[in-house]
This record gives sequence, C-alpha cells and structure tokens, in this order.
Amino acid sequence: MAFVNLKTKVIQVKIVYYGPGRGGKTTNLEYIYRKFQQRINSEMVTVKTHGDRTLFFDFLPFDIGMVNGYNIKIQLYTVPGQVKYNATRRLVLRGVDGVVFVADAMAVCRGKNMQSLENLQENLASYKKNLNALPWVLQYNKMDLLEQGIPLLPVEMLEQDLNREFHAPHFTASAVKGTNVAATLKKIISLTIASIKKELL
Amino acid sequence: MSYTLDQKQLDRIEEILKTDLIDNGVRCVFLIDMAGNIVTNLDNGEKQHDIYSLAALAAGNFGAVSAMAKIIGESEFSLLFHKGKKENIHFNKISSEFLLITIFGNDISLGFLRLKVSESVEQLKRILEALMTAHA
Repeated sequence: MAFVNLKTKVIQVKIVYYGPGRGGKTTNLEYIYRKFQQRINSEMVTVKTHGDRTLFFDFLPFDIGMVNGYNIKIQLYTVPGQVKYNATRRLVLRGVDGVVFVADAMAVCRGKNMQSLENLQENLASYKKNLNALPWVLQYNKMDLLEQGIPLLPVEMLEQDLNREFHAPHFTASAVKGTNVAATLKKIISLTIASIKKELL
Repeated sequence: MSYTLDQKQLDRIEEILKTDLIDNGVRCVFLIDMAGNIVTNLDNGEKQHDIYSLAALAAGNFGAVSAMAKIIGESEFSLLFHKGKKENIHFNKISSEFLLITIFGNDISLGFLRLKVSESVEQLKRILEALMTAHA
C-alpha cells in the first residue's frame, strides 16, 4: 500500500523479498546495501537469531530520485524463510506494493520453492491480493554453484514449476556474487512504480 | 491499494500533534500506517532519529504484539509502552490501519502522556477514518 504525501511530494513504496529459507533474500539486500551505499543514507536493519537466520525481517530504505515530480522512497524488506515463521511473513507482507520471489536453484530445493510460492499466494490472499494483480519478479538464485559441481534445476524446470501460469519476468542470479541482483531490483522497481502510477492517475 | 493525503489533511494532522504533544514536551511523534509507511513526523528539534527504520520496526513490533494478543484470547493490545533510562516510547493504535508513536523523556509522566495521546487519537481518527472510507 504505497503512501503518497502530497505535502512533501514523497511516495513510499514497499517491496518484499520472499522465498524459501536460506535462498538468498538477505544476501540480495546485503549486496544492494554494499553496492549502492553512497545512495543509501541509513543503516540496513536486520532482526536475526543467534544462528544468523532472519527472525523478523531485514529492512533497507533508499531514494531513487524523482518521478513525475515525486520523490520515490523505496523500502526493501525480506521475510524469514523458515516454514515456522509464517505469522511473521504475513505481517511483513502487509501493504506490499511489489514482490521479488527468490527461488533456490539447487536441485534439492525444488519442493521448498513450490511450497514457498504457494505460501506466498495464501498470505497475499489474506490481504485480498494475488500474483496476477501484483507486480512481481522471480529470481533463480545460486546459479554460481554450478561451477562447484552442485546439481541445479534447469531454468525451464523452474519456469514450469513456479512461473507457468504467471509469466512474470525472471532472472537467473547469484546473490553472493551480485550477478543480476541489480537487474532484479531495477525490474521490480519499474514494474511497481508503473502500477502505482496507473492506480493513482 | 495506495492512498493519498493532501496538504490540508496533513496540515491539520500536524497541528493536532504539535499542539497536543510537541508543545507539551514530547520529543518526537510520528504517525505511521501498519505497512510501516510514515504519514507524518514531528520533533522538538533536539534529536534526529532514523525514522524510516523506526517506523518499519514499530509496525512490525505492533503486528507481533497483536498476534500475541490473539494467542492469549485478546482481540488486541491497543497500546504499548517501552521504558528506557532516558527515552521512552509509546505506541497507540488509531484504527486498524494507523498507529501513533511518541518518544518522550522522563520529564513527562506516563499518565499525562497517555491523556494527551488519547485526546490526539480521537481527533486523528476523524480525519483518517474519512480517508479509509473514501478508499474502501
């Protein structure tokens, strides 16, 4: 739910990184934070457990400049991927404007990806939203593991499993190395802003 | 769903927060929605906080506490208070969509603050409820 402040001419946009546990959602945000540090004037907030897993969410706000005379403030969130934290995931999704679904391309994660996407749809439904009407992109992460001989799911299979009915834009990526992290972010920002524009104008 | 507040509505909200809270010694007050967006924020000029992070965490915190309330059979806890050595923070729900957060020092008593916050909340409710109905 983007908020438009007509007095200060600011639009606040919420983008949530969703996906199975240990899939690379936090790593995406950490890379963005490192790479665009000069444009991000606040700290990245993370609420973690002792084992370094996301407990609540990560939060990274930054400005992308002016669009149609409005200053756009993007707020990136991640959700905790672990199955048991569903209540927290639902909370973070509240008021979401765009979603990046970070799938784990390792062959062993096939089921976890599909389960997490289903869970995303259930949680969106509790806010009367769905993936056909919400801007979202898929990121097939951990592509770099192929070099180490770890079996990965072919992109065609990932597309078939997760994107068959939606045809959302997708990116193969390596969050650790930064490959396509910025491209994923750019795509979701442009889709989300276009959708907010359409809704408001 | 996106929503918009115009200059007149925001001026009115700021006037309420300034008269009821900042002029009575509150250091910082901000009105946020449950998604973690900041609708408006005011302070007495002494300290600058990272308000965007504060708003995101406050909305998350409030959501977590509401979920706790449901587990023990309460429909909600409509206000929260965290006490520090020098700074205290108080959360008050305005409606299902909005939350008022105040940061204040030990020079104000909690009772007085709660009284002033509840007076502001009553006035803010009228402005914000009209807004949510208009967008429903």
